[in-house]
Amino acid sequence: MNEDLIAIQDEHKASFFVRLSRSLQSSWKSIVVAIPFFWLLFFFLVPFLIVLKISVAEALIASPPFSPLLDWSEDGIVMIRLVFDNFTYLWEDDLYVITYINSVKISTISTLICLLIGYPIAYGIVRSPPTTRNILLLLIILPFWTSFLLRVYAWMGLLADQGTINNFLIWLGLIEKPLRMMYSEFAVYVGIVYTYLPFMILPLYANMEKLDMTLHEAAADLGAKPTITFFSVTLPLTMPGIVAGSLLVFIPATGEFVIPDLLGGGNVLMIGRVLFNEFNSNNDWPVASAVAIALLLLLVIPMMIYQHIQGKENQP
Amino acid sequence: MLCFGFTFLYVPMVLLIVYSFNYSKIVPVWGGWSTRWYTVLFESEEVWAAITLSLKIALMNATFATMLGALAGLALVRFKSFRGRTLFGGMISAPLVMPEVITGLSLLLLFITLGQLIGWPTNRGITTITIAHITFSMAYVAVIIQSRLTGLDQSLEEAAEDLGAKPFRVLIDITLPLLAPGLLAGWLLAFTLSIDDLVIASFVSGPGANTLPMLIYSRVRLGLRPDINAMATIIIIVVAIGVCLAGWLMMRQERQRQRDMQLASGDNIKQD
Repeated sequence: MNEDLIAIQDEHKASFFVRLSRSLQSSWKSIVVAIPFFWLLFFFLVPFLIVLKISVAEALIASPPFSPLLDWSEDGIVMIRLVFDNFTYLWEDDLYVITYINSVKISTISTLICLLIGYPIAYGIVRSPPTTRNILLLLIILPFWTSFLLRVYAWMGLLADQGTINNFLIWLGLIEKPLRMMYSEFAVYVGIVYTYLPFMILPLYANMEKLDMTLHEAAADLGAKPTITFFSVTLPLTMPGIVAGSLLVFIPATGEFVIPDLLGGGNVLMIGRVLFNEFNSNNDWPVASAVAIALLLLLVIPMMIYQHIQGKENQP
Repeated sequence: MLCFGFTFLYVPMVLLIVYSFNYSKIVPVWGGWSTRWYTVLFESEEVWAAITLSLKIALMNATFATMLGALAGLALVRFKSFRGRTLFGGMISAPLVMPEVITGLSLLLLFITLGQLIGWPTNRGITTITIAHITFSMAYVAVIIQSRLTGLDQSLEEAAEDLGAKPFRVLIDITLPLLAPGLLAGWLLAFTLSIDDLVIASFVSGPGANTLPMLIYSRVRLGLRPDINAMATIIIIVVAIGVCLAGWLMMRQERQRQRDMQLASGDNIKQD
């Protein structure tokens, strides 16, 4: 019976390869699809499945430090061992739960601050004359091309106890002792807002550029006050830009590692940093993988919304 | 609000540059103008090794990611239905939103598993970092190519086909030249993404292979360093020149096109 099964499988495999080679011969189109397809299959999907697999394995003091998922017992039966201990461990350990909640809290508040600062800037750029507009846009894109790490480093110099801001405030005579700003949640907020602001402004700008300004005039002509025009005309029309920009800030900020590590230090718990340390310092791969899967579960809904929006935009 | 926004964006960078010319070893304490930290920076062999490694990886990554991303973009726009299209579309856009820590972790686990199964890679470094970078930057290239392709006039390709050109010839002679600006933009973006990446490289790199961001990170973790300010200044100036040049070229091209269009429409009127 076992042999039958293998035979059928072989036939399946054979026919698959025949079909594959036939389609390869029939058209170059298959090659165009196949090369990037198999690259992504092998270097994106398979690694992800490995993480999934290790997240349900047991930690062992060995190399590699986890138990195999498939055990070949002597009579040829494959045993699949799923251990959900890693996930229960995450759930029961307050540290991880607090870290998750804290990550979501920090990235939500940062996204809102980015929106509050980015919205008027995007609006200002759209309303400025065309030549100025191009230059302003270039100035928004420029930081995006410079090193992310160095932009975070710039704030280390500003926020340090002996840093530029403290020196300036002491020189003004506003404070006598330096304010403690580094290694706090405040520093992390500043870092995230600073580095992710262009990601908020650009989708907002792209959306506002398409706005029909005559609608504003119509609203004004009909006697609407500026605030009413804003809340009943501008805001609903720019909603797609707001959603896209917010997701572009929220998703990467939640898994951020560099900013909480350099500006937050040990005082700020964020999931990206915990994952990095769990893997590199504690060498606990199964827990690190479980942390990764849990982070992904947290982000899967915002990621799907974003892909949905992108998909709609790419349709002609 | 615009002024406030641009002050917020640019003051930190300006201060970074100013303090790179500080004589004092303690960054925020002013000790007079000096360029000594630039000398310190360039005398370090470690720095040169990191720059070389990062440039090598970025060049290879940009080239391969552009090729793979262009193929992927072409497949997604031009072939409306093929087996696995949904999976393909998902896989190409997922790296864009995937947190870096997860991409890094999963690729490292793949390389370790492969090492155990087939004995490759024996040690992690330039090859593994390049593969990891290609995987996530090809997704960005694919997005650029996709938007460029949807905006293209397909009638040119159809005309070539009607005149008897084989599909491969159409690709080489018509589609690729039309795609050139998109390919260049994709190449530049892939290059930047690679040279800027810290997290993924840290995961998939092995002992001895330090990219530039990894070197900078290991130094600034312990506090402010004037030589890193010098490095930042050089990077900011190079990028600023590059971006301004690109912006100027694009604006010139745009103006040229408008002039051409005006001329073309003028000719039509004369002929009438």
